[in-house]
Amino acid sequence: MTGLFEQRVETDADIAPPKGYWTGVWRRFCKHRLAMAGLVVLLLLAFACWLGPVVIPFQFDDLDLDHTRALFSWQHPLGTDELGQDTLVRLLYAGRVSMTVGVAAATVGVLVGALVGALAGYYGRTLDGFLMRLADMMLSVPVLMLIMVLSTFLKDRAFPGGQIGIIVFILGLTGWMTVSRLVRAEFLSLREQEFIDAARACGLNDAQIILRHLIPNALAPIFVAATLGVADAIMMESALSFLGFGIQPPVPTWGNMLTNAQQYMIDTPWLAIYPGVLIFLTTVSVNYVGDGLRDALDPKLKR
Amino acid sequence: MGRYILRRVLLALPLLLGVSFILYVLMRLAPGGPEAVYGQNPHVRAEDLARIREQMGLNDPIIVAYAKWLWAFLRGNMGFSLFTGRPVVAMLGDHVPNTFLLMGASLLFSVSMGVLFGVISAVRQYSWFDYGVTTFAFFGYSMPTFWFGIVLMMVLAANDYSFALGGYHYETGHWLPAAGMFGASFDGNLIDWLRSPTWVGTCDLGAHLVMPVLVLSIVSIASWSRYARSSMLEVIRADYVRMARAKGLSEFRVIARHALRNAMIPIVTLVALALPALFAGATITEQIFAWPGVGRLFIDSLGKSDYPVVMAIMFISAILVILGNILADILYGLLDPRIRFE
Repeated sequence: MTGLFEQRVETDADIAPPKGYWTGVWRRFCKHRLAMAGLVVLLLLAFACWLGPVVIPFQFDDLDLDHTRALFSWQHPLGTDELGQDTLVRLLYAGRVSMTVGVAAATVGVLVGALVGALAGYYGRTLDGFLMRLADMMLSVPVLMLIMVLSTFLKDRAFPGGQIGIIVFILGLTGWMTVSRLVRAEFLSLREQEFIDAARACGLNDAQIILRHLIPNALAPIFVAATLGVADAIMMESALSFLGFGIQPPVPTWGNMLTNAQQYMIDTPWLAIYPGVLIFLTTVSVNYVGDGLRDALDPKLKR
Repeated sequence: MGRYILRRVLLALPLLLGVSFILYVLMRLAPGGPEAVYGQNPHVRAEDLARIREQMGLNDPIIVAYAKWLWAFLRGNMGFSLFTGRPVVAMLGDHVPNTFLLMGASLLFSVSMGVLFGVISAVRQYSWFDYGVTTFAFFGYSMPTFWFGIVLMMVLAANDYSFALGGYHYETGHWLPAAGMFGASFDGNLIDWLRSPTWVGTCDLGAHLVMPVLVLSIVSIASWSRYARSSMLEVIRADYVRMARAKGLSEFRVIARHALRNAMIPIVTLVALALPALFAGATITEQIFAWPGVGRLFIDSLGKSDYPVVMAIMFISAILVILGNILADILYGLLDPRIRFE
């Protein structure tokens, strides 16, 4: 009953239901136009790379020695390379390989880094000192050289996942340090909060506290580091394959398609341009998505 | 201050020992072992290989072998290359000046251009220039250096730009040399050139330097301009800058004499952290442009299983990184008067 001077009571229908944390993150992310563009580009690329080689009638190692190094033909819209292999199929298949390696290596790195950071941040003192010293040691050695050495040692060994598994393992092994620092910092600040005391009082043991309470609250920097780690891993894998230390031909990856292109760049420059453009496009898109994610996850950012 | 330096150096020693031990164990785990290069010779029998292993001290317990290697290394004996037989120190001496020149030129170029862009970008925030620089920084950071090198080579060095105009056939192109360090104009290496520089040799060296330095700098300029921009933005908001403006100084004076110095403190420490790259930071670029530097030596030696060279390069890089960290800390303490050492 409302009169002229009485307050109008708000009913439940007037109050918008509270949105969750992740809905807010998604909405802030959508406002970031470049990040959305990057996400769309990545989805389109992934779609093309997984669907393309299925649809195109050539395999990535089908030789066509009568038509080597062609620029364009209706059969080979992006041309052929020096062995007559169709460039388009190789580019798309290489996209599969590169993106898989990128995501998998970043995942491994994030998992190892989160584990190390969690243990160091939660237990502190000697374990913390030891683990951070280990991280410092790994950071002192130049990364590219270490990866090249490890890849030479593991090259012809049988490894679960084959060549790709070896590369993912090596990249993950050398890429956990930044994530561990971030997670450790988060844990050091979260550890002192009251909900952890409450959890201990409820009788939860250490593992449960870490897994169910601390890690979910430290996810924001982990996500950003994971996304930027994917871009890093794609670049690193391309560089390694270019130098010959990564995935070997005939399995195409954007990096090793560039290795031979250097010899032929006078006559057939397009062989060198296509893979590089794709690496660049993918890396820029992932970096934009990571940037957008970082802005979306930071509630203190003034927009 | 002196005690701080001493403490940092003492703390760095176990780090160095740990790194060297890890590297040594890594090299010992090489498939085929450090004597693998002898195994490539078909005339070497199995018992000869076993004897070589014994002579190399590879049958000692690993701690003993590690201690012997470390002691020799610290006295300057980095071993002998398994492939050429020359002392590793001599091989490094051949290649280090070349990498030093390349990385030094690139560092100089990228820091100066990056800081310039970053400072102007910060002073004119939200302008078109700022927007352009931040976008360029973003793209430069995502650019695969090896691809950019190949594209540059294609455009500037490996191309025949020939065309016909008005009945005449013009040919141009090959504006820059594609590979190597000196080409045919100078017979010798960098040290010879330093001792007796010739005009033709110097021009040739410069022409050979342009593309690798550009390639290396593109990514660096991106990150330096980002650091310089954020550092400058922090400084410009400070009270003493407002005071300088209130005193009536021209904007240029305010920026150049008051704001810039304080904004450069983190940049200087970052330069100290970037110094270790002067030794072995250009592996990919050296491979593309066939520059005879330490990075190429590393790749070649790794391909030939020449482990003493590989180990020496990695260990020296690690030492330089750790020293660079200490130097950065010291510089930060020296330059920023707000920092006190306990």
